[in-house]
Amino acid sequence: MSDPVLEIRNLDVNYGLGDEAVHAVRDVSLTLHRGEVLGLAGESGSGKSTLAYGMLRLLPPPGVITGGQVLYHPRDGEPLDLMTLSTANLRRFRWSEISIVFQGAMNSLNPVHTIAAQLCDVIAAHEPRTSRAAQRARAKDLLKLVGINADRLNSYPHQLSGGMRQRVMIAMALALEPRVVVMDEPTTALDVVMQRQILAQLVELRERIGFSVLFITHDLSLLVEFSDRIAIMYGGRIVESAPAQDLYRESLHPYSDGLLHSFPALRGPRRELTGIPGSPPDLRAMPSGCAFHPRCPKAFEPCADRSPVLAAPPGTSSATDNRTVACWLHAVERVNT
Amino acid sequence: MGYLLRRIGFYAFTAWAAITINFFLPRLIPGDPVQALIARSRGQLDANAIQSLYILFGLDTDTGIVEQYFDYIGQLFRGDLGLSFTFFPTPVSEVLSDSLPWTLGLVGITTVISFLLGTFMGVLAGWWRGSWADMLMPVTTFLSSIPYFWLGLIAITLLADAGGAFPSSGGYDPGVVPSWDMDFVWSAVYHSLLPAITILISSMSGWVLSMRNMMLTVSSEDYITVAHAKGLSERRVMIGYAARNALLPNVSGFALSLGLIVGGTLLVEIVFSYPGVGFQLFQAVGAKDYPLVQGIFLIITLSVLVANLFADLIYLLLDPRTRKEG
Amino acid sequence: MALPTAEVMTAVPPAAPTPTRKRRRPRFLGNRKARIGMVLFGFFVLLAIFGPMLAPYDPGERGDQLLASPNGDHWFGTTHLGQDLFSQMLDGSRSVMLVGLIAGVVATVLGVLIGVTSGYLSGLGSESLSALSNVFLVIPALPLILIITLSLPDTNDMTIALVIGCTSWAWGARVLRAQTLSLRRRDYVEAARATGESTWRIIGFEILPNLTAVIAASFIGTVIFAVLSEITLAFIGVPGVSEWNWGAILFWAQSQQALAQGAWWWFVPPGLAIALLGTGLALLNFGIDEYVNPRLRSSAGTKVRGVKMRVGFTPVLSGKGDST
Repeated sequence: MSDPVLEIRNLDVNYGLGDEAVHAVRDVSLTLHRGEVLGLAGESGSGKSTLAYGMLRLLPPPGVITGGQVLYHPRDGEPLDLMTLSTANLRRFRWSEISIVFQGAMNSLNPVHTIAAQLCDVIAAHEPRTSRAAQRARAKDLLKLVGINADRLNSYPHQLSGGMRQRVMIAMALALEPRVVVMDEPTTALDVVMQRQILAQLVELRERIGFSVLFITHDLSLLVEFSDRIAIMYGGRIVESAPAQDLYRESLHPYSDGLLHSFPALRGPRRELTGIPGSPPDLRAMPSGCAFHPRCPKAFEPCADRSPVLAAPPGTSSATDNRTVACWLHAVERVNT
Repeated sequence: MGYLLRRIGFYAFTAWAAITINFFLPRLIPGDPVQALIARSRGQLDANAIQSLYILFGLDTDTGIVEQYFDYIGQLFRGDLGLSFTFFPTPVSEVLSDSLPWTLGLVGITTVISFLLGTFMGVLAGWWRGSWADMLMPVTTFLSSIPYFWLGLIAITLLADAGGAFPSSGGYDPGVVPSWDMDFVWSAVYHSLLPAITILISSMSGWVLSMRNMMLTVSSEDYITVAHAKGLSERRVMIGYAARNALLPNVSGFALSLGLIVGGTLLVEIVFSYPGVGFQLFQAVGAKDYPLVQGIFLIITLSVLVANLFADLIYLLLDPRTRKEG
Repeated sequence: MALPTAEVMTAVPPAAPTPTRKRRRPRFLGNRKARIGMVLFGFFVLLAIFGPMLAPYDPGERGDQLLASPNGDHWFGTTHLGQDLFSQMLDGSRSVMLVGLIAGVVATVLGVLIGVTSGYLSGLGSESLSALSNVFLVIPALPLILIITLSLPDTNDMTIALVIGCTSWAWGARVLRAQTLSLRRRDYVEAARATGESTWRIIGFEILPNLTAVIAASFIGTVIFAVLSEITLAFIGVPGVSEWNWGAILFWAQSQQALAQGAWWWFVPPGLAIALLGTGLALLNFGIDEYVNPRLRSSAGTKVRGVKMRVGFTPVLSGKGDST
């Protein structure tokens, strides 16, 4: 396994302060390695987007980060903790090291500026010495990279189709050649054909440019297909993390299993679609013990009382198998804690 | 350009509606409108004035109402708005052409300044919440609830009377002759300062408030988060992304509320005895000078429509979405 | 005059709460602005009901103290005829409130009828109603009210309230049309239509209840406008307005040169009373705005318990890290 680029350690994110605070992300640790595609899946409300925005400190009010570290490992030098960066440093850091492709392609672009202006302003902000002509040339290359004709440069967002806009966003994310690109459901607003096209393009770009991707989606089967590793979130916690193929072959957590049976697989043998009964937990009133137990088909005695710990399941070693799960079915010591 | 044509069509329609209202209002009253006006003016009208009323209303000849209507429109196009009672036998159009420049200068310029300044302060107040800007809100609310003309009275008491720094009435010094020389221009500017400040203070707060609210609304749009994620400078995000988008509804709000604002600002002229249309309106109401009131209504409506058209042009420049296909 | 800011706001549909961000809707009166506004408004309503009875003098009665400054006998001073200004203010409050409220009701009813209809219907009828509201919006309101009142053979408080009401419904209609248009596309309305519910039932039971806040805001906005308009009319000397309407008091103050004589007590109280009433109504409206548009009450940028909330830079509470 290659070196880590981004390490999230025990991150806690709340909405609101004091007694009214809602714990949206609890004690999440996650590592993104160089060149890797890490998938993050879960139903809506599981905290996956909150985690992504929280680690970049982009959460709108009333979001607050209440604990943990987000360590970024630069090409050389000491790791930086994003949580302690000053505003100015954070501004410099953003996009040049980690960029994001947001959920809503429709609203991610500023409607009153041309595509060119929006591609150039980010270059100008981070590399102030670039001439205007050079900025435009870069913008043109970026559009070409995602398969958009250069004559679109002077278009306004409303003149582009949804798929094109999302591609512009991807081009923009790559503008400063960041080492990490976060993708928050980048294709959900698009039709299936467009989804496939854009994802294929993304895979190709990643191979060419070599950045790491944190890919967030509720569609687990999509992740199985093209991510290296997958982490599953439920109720603000990571409940399982495993290499994509392992998870697909043998998911350990009943929730992962449920997710796998909620979407048709894109390739391979057909699976029976069963879905998950019930609805995601209310973050303001989380169930006791394992948050999933009220919906879990395999719940038994300890589940309602005690929260399972995320750990390597019995019979595996965290060094070689690289998988963890938080479930009493796979706990090493069931009786203690 | 389809957008612009549609707007021009709408304004033409509105102008026609205003003219039609003007034509039919006195005719809707049962009985002879001239007699009704005579009764209300309690014998202040002389025979000439009565005759001019009959001519204005088209009652001097025995024609049908349709013909009267077209005659009326024809008269308007020739700039004939009837004769004023107050300044008998001066035509209304002449009275208005004397006063309109004063009003355009005072009300027109201050309204634009007020919008620009208020919008700018609204940008700051919306972006830096919890700072001095929020402390401003109660004051702003209070100021926007005051009738403009009353604030004018207070301004005169505090700043003009009793050896104050500003003249309390008139559009220029009685000593200077109206012409385009330095003396006169300076005198006119000096006299317009206090009314202008009055209008500014009371009308600006509305813009501060609406722009602040628009900034708050726009701040939670995705593209603002993207701009932050891009690591753009604070100024770029505030001006180029948030304010630039928040401005759009504020400009269309400006166009729409001009009609409301102008009514209020005009009356500031009354307390300052400013030689504009508003002061004339006051005199005309006092003298029951119906033709003059009608003429003022028309001229203000037309001015507001033209101002609206300008606002539309600016909107067109600001919003690429209307530029394309409308 | 106060701009009805609600118009611009409601052009944007209320933000859908993000899934993880469920917040309790604060009850309307939990809002401090709304509470203060309610108290001010209530005070003036009580004044309108009981004020004329409480007046110590007959407001028109002439006294010996001419143009006296406020004193023990005359709390607000007297006019050039020795009339008691305090009594005039109390007496005038009824006319001010009555005209304002009646005009507000008339305009709101018209606004709801025209706005909701043009928002719900489609096609030519809808377009022409919308054009009609725009015409009424663009035509300068005050001069229009003036020429109408001047052409009426007989004017009193009631007719003036009606004229103001019939000319100032356009703001409300515009806002309501925009809201209705967005409501019409909501699923539950589509569903009701699909099941063949009658149009009037859908409007009455599915749409109107969701417009309550907007209707209230437009009512309050119109009352503010109506109060300012009638006071202005009285101030310019339009006949028929109640004798001691605050605008009429200002008219007399102006025409008797109260300013030049230094009689500040003559014109300060009416103006302050109007401003307080207007502030109260405006505060009520802010309360409604913040209730309707959650973005306005977001804590963005404000300091909550020492933590500065800021869009784009999420605060970090733990560790040695400083949030800004």
